[in-house]
Amino acid sequence: MAVLQVENIYKRFGRTEVLKGIDFSLEKGEVLVIIGASGSGKTTLMRCLNFLEKPDVGRIMVDDKVLFDTEAAETLKESEIREKRLHFGLVFQDFNLFPQYSVLKNITLAPTLLKKGTAQEIEANAKRLLEQVGLLNKMSAYPCELSGGQKQRVAIARALALNPEILCFDEPTSALDPELTGEVLKVIKELKDTGSTMIVVTHEMEFARNVADKVVFMADGVIEEMGTPEEVFGNPQSPKTQAFLRKAHEGF
Amino acid sequence: MVTLKLFGLTLLFSLPLGLLISFGSMSKFKPVKYLFKFLVWVVRGTPLMLQLILFYFGPGLLVNMLEGAGVNNLLTDMMRALNQADSLIIAVIAFVINYACYFSEIYRGGIEGIPVGQYEAGYVLGMTKTQIFFKVVLMQVVKRIVPPMSNEIITLVKDTSLARTITVYEVIWAAQDFVRNDGILWPLFYTGAFYLLFSGLLTLIFGFIEKKLDYYRG
Ligand SMILES: Nc1ncnc2c1ncn2[C@@H]1O[C@H](COP(=O)(O)OP(=O)(O)O)[C@@H](O)[C@H]1O
Ligand SMILES: [Mg+2]
Repeated sequence: MAVLQVENIYKRFGRTEVLKGIDFSLEKGEVLVIIGASGSGKTTLMRCLNFLEKPDVGRIMVDDKVLFDTEAAETLKESEIREKRLHFGLVFQDFNLFPQYSVLKNITLAPTLLKKGTAQEIEANAKRLLEQVGLLNKMSAYPCELSGGQKQRVAIARALALNPEILCFDEPTSALDPELTGEVLKVIKELKDTGSTMIVVTHEMEFARNVADKVVFMADGVIEEMGTPEEVFGNPQSPKTQAFLRKAHEGF
Repeated sequence: MVTLKLFGLTLLFSLPLGLLISFGSMSKFKPVKYLFKFLVWVVRGTPLMLQLILFYFGPGLLVNMLEGAGVNNLLTDMMRALNQADSLIIAVIAFVINYACYFSEIYRGGIEGIPVGQYEAGYVLGMTKTQIFFKVVLMQVVKRIVPPMSNEIITLVKDTSLARTITVYEVIWAAQDFVRNDGILWPLFYTGAFYLLFSGLLTLIFGFIEKKLDYYRG
């Protein structure tokens, strides 16, 4: 049974059509990797899933329950949107940690505000997550004291603290120095091994090939090609995919 | 002492009023937004001295006009009350409005300077708008506005002397009386020392606050 079904998503900003009918589905425990040139609509798609943008047309279903449907006439209240977006987590390209709080507080803030348990439970869980991303020794540090790679790992722990069913990553390593990407990709790889369902937008082709169960190549707001890593990387069908991969191979 | 009273009351009322004005000038409802922007433009674009004189003489002239026209409503009553009010109260009103407008711009700069990513991180973590404002944004705004606020508040210390134009017996005027009556100059130095001490004290306090907020960057 598909944990996520995305159907016919359209989104435009003014005159620019950014998403022109996106369809895909995701099984529990699967990792979907989205690749594509800059401007092809990857970020907008992630934002639609996390209710940061509202699609003009389309339907989003999680566990066969409709979360969002432009066919349904009702408009969602803010409280309903809040509840629905908790099915998803989002890790941003530029981390967006809260600078005034310690690493630990960054992770415990939202669960505390949402009353996801007692203070002790929330803190114990946060520490377990920090251990998982290898940063338990940094729990009292402030974000400004961390390297980019460490910041992103804290951001991942922060997203995990709310137990999202589907964790989305929007170019999690694009803001990092090349030598720091490895530690973040390693954490994502480990999450896959523990069965997390994830959608990862990335330009790291080597990583995409290793971690993906399914690869989507987006171009100009549509899914140009979709398949297993072997299919998309090994034997791309569309000329656009071939051109993109050739360029990626030569280095950006 | 009159100068301190004027200073304290102005801060007490203009700090919260400024926040309201800043919300008004950031309103998504265009008429409200432009109304507040206009107010801020007028108040910041004209001298405080002129505003003091307006609040001092304006009500009396209006009362005459309204009574002459036979109008006798709430506005007339309000103007009558203002006309009979103590000049210190008039000064406080003018100062509060003036400083609230300056503060509102500082607040606005502080709030608008917070990256949208901070709000979005809060949203994605399921927080409400109110939680995001108080738990995520507010502290960062405070950190940003302390330096410009401290400048503005130290300016207020010295601006209090303008209240004399509408017969508020503030500290320079008091000193001047000594100069005139007793033919001695040194009371003026005392007032100078008073201002220096006052603004020095404020500088220390704000320096302390800035230091307290210095535990993080960004
Ligand atoms: N808020 C917005 N307003 C206007 N245009 C936008 C907005 N967000 C994205 N776009 C446009 O949508 C297109 C796709 O952007 P994006 O989803 O960020 O692509 P990608 O993440 O694949 O680089 C770009 O042309 C971008 O300029
Ligand atoms: Mg993007």
